[in-house]
Amino acid sequence: ANMKLIFIFSALLGAALCLETFVGHQVLRIKTKNEEEVKQLQLLESLEHLELDFWISPSAPALPVDVRIPAVSVQSVKAFLESQGIEYSILIEDLQDVLDKEKQEMAESAQRQRSSSFDFGTYHTLDDINEELDHLASEYSFVEKIQIGQSYEQRPLYVLKFSTGGSGRPAIWLDAGIHSREWVTQASALWIANKIASDYGTDASITSLLDRMDLFLLPVSNPDGFVYTHTSNRMWRKTRSKIPGSVCIGVDPNRNWDAGFGGPGASDKPCSDSYHGPSANSEVEVKSVVDFIKSHGNFKAFLTLHSYSQLLMYPYGYKCTRPDDYAELESLGRAAANSIRSLYGTTFQVGTICKTIYQASGGSIDWSYDNGIKYSFAFELRDTGRYGFLLPASQIIPAAQETWLGLKRIMEHVRD
Amino acid sequence: ELPPSHFPAARAAAVAVGYLRYLRGGPGRGLQLRELRRARRQDIDDVGHKYDLELELEDVLDRDRTVTCTAEVVYHLGNKNTAPDVQVTVQGELRSTEEADQEFYNRIRSLEKELEAENIPDSHGNIPPELEPILLLAWVASGYVIWRNSTENTKFHLAQVKHVKQVKRSDEDLQFDYVVLLHEMVSQEVIPWEVTLLWHPRRGGRVSR
Repeated sequence: ANMKLIFIFSALLGAALCLETFVGHQVLRIKTKNEEEVKQLQLLESLEHLELDFWISPSAPALPVDVRIPAVSVQSVKAFLESQGIEYSILIEDLQDVLDKEKQEMAESAQRQRSSSFDFGTYHTLDDINEELDHLASEYSFVEKIQIGQSYEQRPLYVLKFSTGGSGRPAIWLDAGIHSREWVTQASALWIANKIASDYGTDASITSLLDRMDLFLLPVSNPDGFVYTHTSNRMWRKTRSKIPGSVCIGVDPNRNWDAGFGGPGASDKPCSDSYHGPSANSEVEVKSVVDFIKSHGNFKAFLTLHSYSQLLMYPYGYKCTRPDDYAELESLGRAAANSIRSLYGTTFQVGTICKTIYQASGGSIDWSYDNGIKYSFAFELRDTGRYGFLLPASQIIPAAQETWLGLKRIMEHVRD
Repeated sequence: ELPPSHFPAARAAAVAVGYLRYLRGGPGRGLQLRELRRARRQDIDDVGHKYDLELELEDVLDRDRTVTCTAEVVYHLGNKNTAPDVQVTVQGELRSTEEADQEFYNRIRSLEKELEAENIPDSHGNIPPELEPILLLAWVASGYVIWRNSTENTKFHLAQVKHVKQVKRSDEDLQFDYVVLLHEMVSQEVIPWEVTLLWHPRRGGRVSR
């Protein structure tokens, strides 16, 4: 039997081809009945000039042997197996067919992805943003879109929940667009959502973060204001709620939190852009977040995005005294600012709200800090005034990339 | 001595930059603050608060180089209607804009219809290239407004040119009637402001209204 084997396959020596395609190649599954048959296949395997490609090598009688055979050798190998009484079946009739189909499928899929692909480097409407949230939630099993409430004009407040499991894991909160005219923040939040989702499983830091903690991201905290900046007034900042007794509309949602509410740095005039509202949490956009965070009960960080000025701030705003965790927050803030700077050289100033920008009462991170969420930071993104709120779209992705590095640095600290 | 990252120094710096834009800005030169290096504050009895600043400035059209500038900003006590006094010294050379200024001047003078535009930049931050000089002249005009109207409790930035209309004149000046939106950081208000700028390549810019 061995002699026959050597004879047949030596004859094929000269027929060895330099293969560029797999036209006519077949993949056989060979079922060996005993050790003898296994040995014969192992001998076959050793004949390198045949260029047999064993997908599963012969090892023990009970295990199948899969082998790809170049077109020119297919008939001879089959003849040999039959003459030896070795059973086989055809797994793949023509390998090139299979490869061609696969290539076509991949091209079609890429085409589908390209045409439905979201351009993170441009400004979008609320509808487009909500569509992309749905897309992210459907594409990633650990991403879920939840609704935590609705705005004054009854638009849903959508939050992306990133969770790889567990129940009630310690969580991180990130929001953007509480002031609707700060367009780079909603845009950056979307880029960041996509970044986190696509990096899970490949980036060690994100993977270990999401393996231990949940992340909740609210990309458009003030949807009514956001729509208004698209339809009517690009410079609109506040909510769009009607104020009893006034012709003016809207409350500054970042003066409406229950932290030094009504104190210095907020206006009591409804027509003012920093109007604090009739009472703390009067704005449903604020109350929805407060209720959600309180009922969750296990948030460890509260991060919020604003623009512009390039600042990285921590509490307090409503008073000018330092928080108890001043040293740690200052140090972490500096580390995060360094991470931001490492990418494009963009410098962020670090400090308390009160010292860095102004005294301002009723702010979100003061509330979160006073409610036990130690790692409370507010970012003011690009730029420093040249374009201000009207940051060119070409800067969205660079801004998002650098901001993400700062956020990540903070999240890593929280995780550890 | 004041920390440059704290707001009192930053507000005074914004006034100095406004003043500098008015003095030295033009259709081919847009000065902006690269970094506030040092700041000191002195309270002068019966006068007001004096800020001494060391600024690093850049021209947005020539960002590879910077110039250092020392500025003194005095906010006067009491009368809120008095503009702060500003003195500046620029160390080093700013890039010459003679050619670009003359080209711009000739282009506008030769327009058949008076130039008119709005929303510069637009909502997405876009500026048509031919309107860049118009925006930079708005920086000159708003620089004046910001200087004249600032206090220690305000920080103004030009948010947008809402509207601009050229007005042809019988003399040699170009005239632009602007409606600018100024963003005031402390109150967060965005305030429309009408300002008329007269400009000439050799005489520079001045606000007439």
